[in-house]
Amino acid sequence: MTATQAFDVVRRSATSMPAPTPGRAGEVSKLIDTSRCIGCKACQSACVEWNDLKQEVGVNVGVYDNPHDLTANQFTLMRFTEWENADTGNLEWLIRKDGCMHCEDPGCLKACPAPGAIVQYANGIVDFQHEHCIGCGYCVKGCPFNIPRLSKADGKAFKCTLCSDRVAVGQIPACAKACPTHAITFGTKVEMTAHAQKRIAELKTRGFDNAGLYDPPGVSGTHVMYVLHHADRPHLYANLADSPRISPLVEAWKGVAKYAGLAILGISVAAGAIHHLVAGANRVSTEDEENAEKLTGGRNV
Amino acid sequence: MTMAKPGGEPHVQVRRYSGSARINHWLTAISFVLLWISGLALFHPSLFGLSILFGGGENMRWLHPWFGVVLTVSFFGLFFRFLPANFPEKVDWEWVKKIKYVLAGHEEYLPEVGKYNAGQKMVFWSMSFLIPILLVTGIGLWDQAREYFEHMFNFKTSIDQQRWAALIHAAAAIAAILIWITHVYAGIWIRGTISAMTRGSVTGGWAWRHHRRWLREAVSGRKDST
Repeated sequence: MTATQAFDVVRRSATSMPAPTPGRAGEVSKLIDTSRCIGCKACQSACVEWNDLKQEVGVNVGVYDNPHDLTANQFTLMRFTEWENADTGNLEWLIRKDGCMHCEDPGCLKACPAPGAIVQYANGIVDFQHEHCIGCGYCVKGCPFNIPRLSKADGKAFKCTLCSDRVAVGQIPACAKACPTHAITFGTKVEMTAHAQKRIAELKTRGFDNAGLYDPPGVSGTHVMYVLHHADRPHLYANLADSPRISPLVEAWKGVAKYAGLAILGISVAAGAIHHLVAGANRVSTEDEENAEKLTGGRNV
Repeated sequence: MTMAKPGGEPHVQVRRYSGSARINHWLTAISFVLLWISGLALFHPSLFGLSILFGGGENMRWLHPWFGVVLTVSFFGLFFRFLPANFPEKVDWEWVKKIKYVLAGHEEYLPEVGKYNAGQKMVFWSMSFLIPILLVTGIGLWDQAREYFEHMFNFKTSIDQQRWAALIHAAAAIAAILIWITHVYAGIWIRGTISAMTRGSVTGGWAWRHHRRWLREAVSGRKDST
């Protein structure tokens, strides 16, 4: 059984559908608690294992990030940041598991031109349907988090599925299953938000006054959330977007431009038809031909 | 060029385009039409069904940029062929001021123009301006080519630059299709025009009515190279 058969689809790329209402029953979320992460990369390994991916062996450039970036074969990546906290004088090791955030308002889906290549399920998971993907890379431009990657092998776009195939049969995502410190948990969005609040309260007692939940309202919330010790400065975590939203350029391209563009073309064709009806064909008269005969002396020029 | 009038022709014929100019034009035309069909299919979901003409969305996705390459090369040829006859002149301004007579088909009130009138020159210059924009922004959207050039010139485009490319590409494409609609409509409305690009010649009356100065110059032997 594929995930599309298991879940109700609430959004489908390049298809007219009423926008779903957030706060649906059964919305799920993955919660990644950066304060509990020890950087072991078990989540990365579990991800490639479950999804049967093979990332090419790379080179060591002196950082822990391995591979260096997300790829079509690496749906999740631990990003390591060494940050000197000026207030405490401590060197903090900020580790963030990067990957698709499963936005409630998904920019990739809005940018996609291929009907049904990107879908959003009622539970909030945003999933790529590769049989419909045409490999244009518009999702890469639509994503506010720079997540999707085009495969060099088949030209199609890939990203984290939130293990929709596991969730469909009542299992939690592979990364959450493998995490040894419970830094990654999975459940309903309501449960995960409540769980995060407990953790945040605990962090505050330990002096992390700005601890908080990363569930950015600019994309109507996400179905992958972070607990951050420094929620006032998400960018500290390997440039996590402070206030992500679908780029106004993408909104214009996929919004007003789309409708205005077709309208302009339609109107111009109609204007031509009306002009022809009103003005009639512009025909060469016999007089024109006679004048030309006189000028040319009746010979071809 | 002076040649004997063939027996069956009812009117004098005036040679307007050489065989190579016509081949060049139709290659440009075919690639442009394939581009706007596939481009609009990628632009608006309601037109995605047109992708079936190209063997599905995946094929259309890789064909579209290659059509663009053909168009660019082909238009490059047209540009240099037609450039000498497309420089703006004083008479173009007079013609534009009398645009209402143009639209009403009252040629008798219009100044005598050379091979191209101001409207035709506008088509030429608009396409000369828009096609390079479409090429550059198109490469920005064509991942394989973009990576090739990024590697060659050792730079990296940002996602935001690619978003600008998408928006500008769409706007320039709409403008170019608009120019194309005008161009095709003019060719249909002004009867006797299409033979210029099919047989390479127009009737003397057509030349007298629409491009009288060009006809006078042709008769007096000042040949036009295109």
